Amino acid sequence: MEKKALLISGNEACVEGALYAGIQFYAGYPITPSSEIPEGLARKLPKYGGVMIQMEDEIAAMAAIIGASLAGKKSMTATSGPGFSLKQENIGFASFNEIPCVIVNVMRGGPSTGAPTGPSQGDVMQARWGTHGDHPIVALAPNSIPEIFTETVRAFNISEKFRIPVILLLDEIIAHMRERIIFPEKGELEVVDRLKPTVPPDQYKPFDVTNSPLPMVPPMAAYGTGYRFHVTGLNHRIDGFPTNNGELIEKELHRIMDKVELYKKDMFKTEAYMLDDAEIGIVAYGSSARAAKYAVNELRKQGVKAGMLRYITIWPFEDNAVEKLAQKVKFIVVPELNFGQLILEVERAAKGKTKVYGVNRVNIEIIHPHEIIEKIKELLHGI
Amino acid sequence: MAFEYEKYIRKGTLPHIWCPGCGHGIVMKSLLRAIDGLKLDKNDIAVVSGIGCASRLPGYLDMNTLHTTHGRALAFATGIRLTNPKLKVIVVSGDGDATAIGGNHFIHAARRNIEITLLVFNNSIYGMTGGQVAPTTPLGAIATTMPYGNIDPPFDVVKLAEGAGATFVARTTSYHTAQTEQLIKQAIMHKGFSVIDIIDACPVQFGRRNKPKEAPDMMQLQKDNAIPLQLAQKKKPEELTGKIITGIFVKKDLPSYTDTYYNTIIPKAQAK
Repeated sequence: MEKKALLISGNEACVEGALYAGIQFYAGYPITPSSEIPEGLARKLPKYGGVMIQMEDEIAAMAAIIGASLAGKKSMTATSGPGFSLKQENIGFASFNEIPCVIVNVMRGGPSTGAPTGPSQGDVMQARWGTHGDHPIVALAPNSIPEIFTETVRAFNISEKFRIPVILLLDEIIAHMRERIIFPEKGELEVVDRLKPTVPPDQYKPFDVTNSPLPMVPPMAAYGTGYRFHVTGLNHRIDGFPTNNGELIEKELHRIMDKVELYKKDMFKTEAYMLDDAEIGIVAYGSSARAAKYAVNELRKQGVKAGMLRYITIWPFEDNAVEKLAQKVKFIVVPELNFGQLILEVERAAKGKTKVYGVNRVNIEIIHPHEIIEKIKELLHGI
Repeated sequence: MAFEYEKYIRKGTLPHIWCPGCGHGIVMKSLLRAIDGLKLDKNDIAVVSGIGCASRLPGYLDMNTLHTTHGRALAFATGIRLTNPKLKVIVVSGDGDATAIGGNHFIHAARRNIEITLLVFNNSIYGMTGGQVAPTTPLGAIATTMPYGNIDPPFDVVKLAEGAGATFVARTTSYHTAQTEQLIKQAIMHKGFSVIDIIDACPVQFGRRNKPKEAPDMMQLQKDNAIPLQLAQKKKPEELTGKIITGIFVKKDLPSYTDTYYNTIIPKAQAK
């Protein structure tokens, strides 16, 4: 039977991706432009025996998904800028305690209430540094409706496999835009579940990695399964109990940071578009990458050898990809719907090997391909 | 035979952090006696807390335990309870944790009638942070952030719970250990959201700036001022000034959230 193609929005693709990945619990609070996600899951999740709850606020929603994850369930919430700000303290709790969960942030114009229905990419740095204290985090930024589906699945997989909260950064454009999609069959995409303990309950320590089949990733028991463990937001030992021992504190903090370092290659994902012979580099992500791709095609028609490096995994940031690009191009242009956030990482990773320029917009309109083209022509003219 | 608290306490976690004269340890004992009396399996109990002195309690218990962020315990507990309906979920919270920063979760858990038991360790003060005014501090009392006497009218935790729709609401004191144990038993077995306002004493942060100052005197006050609801109902309001009315204020049988979700929402969705 031929597979049926559908025309759906990005938020709907996120719902379908979550279901494909095996979501069992969703908690949220209504906020534009993410609300189609809870609406979709309210209809569909109970069909699969899962639970969707609309909580009293954004903070509660983040708390509830952590609770459900500790009860062994694949959990997700979705929000936008203001709600993402409110969730930050509990995102830190999840990061510190290595609680698998997916946080969708459909970025909208900010700061503050900003533009609820206007696009933005203003939360890139907040995704990395939004909660207090040094902490590990993963953030993914798809740029099309089919990719929202696959990246939602990947967000769950990374989160479950490595015990880390994963932020899925969408933006208003791709969340509300509709595109053609053919859903993958069951089994077509990998679906990963978290490691469960193999030791008996009396030997279980929630942050012990000694015998873990995945180095640095502690197997995770669920509440109510006979493993009576403790979890706290305080600095803790590998048995989960609070400690003021500086040596133990430092060791645990190093481990959760080093864990991402160890597995970053499994988390990285970029797309190279016409980069082989590129003389001009564009580094882009999310909806801006759509304009960037168009710009590359147009420039090529005009004889300018442009190429695009698209970041699908934003955090951890893959330095090498930029560094390699910086060595061979005349300059790099970074289009972003903000004052220039990921460009800071691009500049850092370029290590001065080439110049890096931003194309930025904060007027709640999309970046047009011609703006990128004009910027590149202007720069070429100046060389 | 002496009660074996060891059965429920995690090895190596004691001594607890609570100050001499604090009532929290007494309430913890009542909680353990209640759990023992109900013959519950430790594997089937989750104890969740936020931030504050009382919030350290779960760490001592050999159960499924979670020490979360300030005020948010009920929201974390909601995720646990909804996805594992087999668990008895108990939230321990201070008065500030439950009714100030966690006030929104308090009223909504009550409205929702979700199957969680909330024990409010109500000592009228922020103890852990050093004696700041709480939403439960009596008018005129001295706190480090109300050095000239409190002008911020206090919440009545029982009325708050009742008004928000909790289906089991009770009050006791840390002095009344037998009553606390009995009430906790009923609260845990209640189908829906249950709240117990447990009047407790903080001699270190409340007592030392107010009267009485000493722990035994504060406890004596709990004993002397307590009046059972049935007796209080026969008194005039002015006769009840400063009294602690104890007993069960609300006990209603209404649909509870998790039950309703699993029994109505899921079948409806699956029939479509």
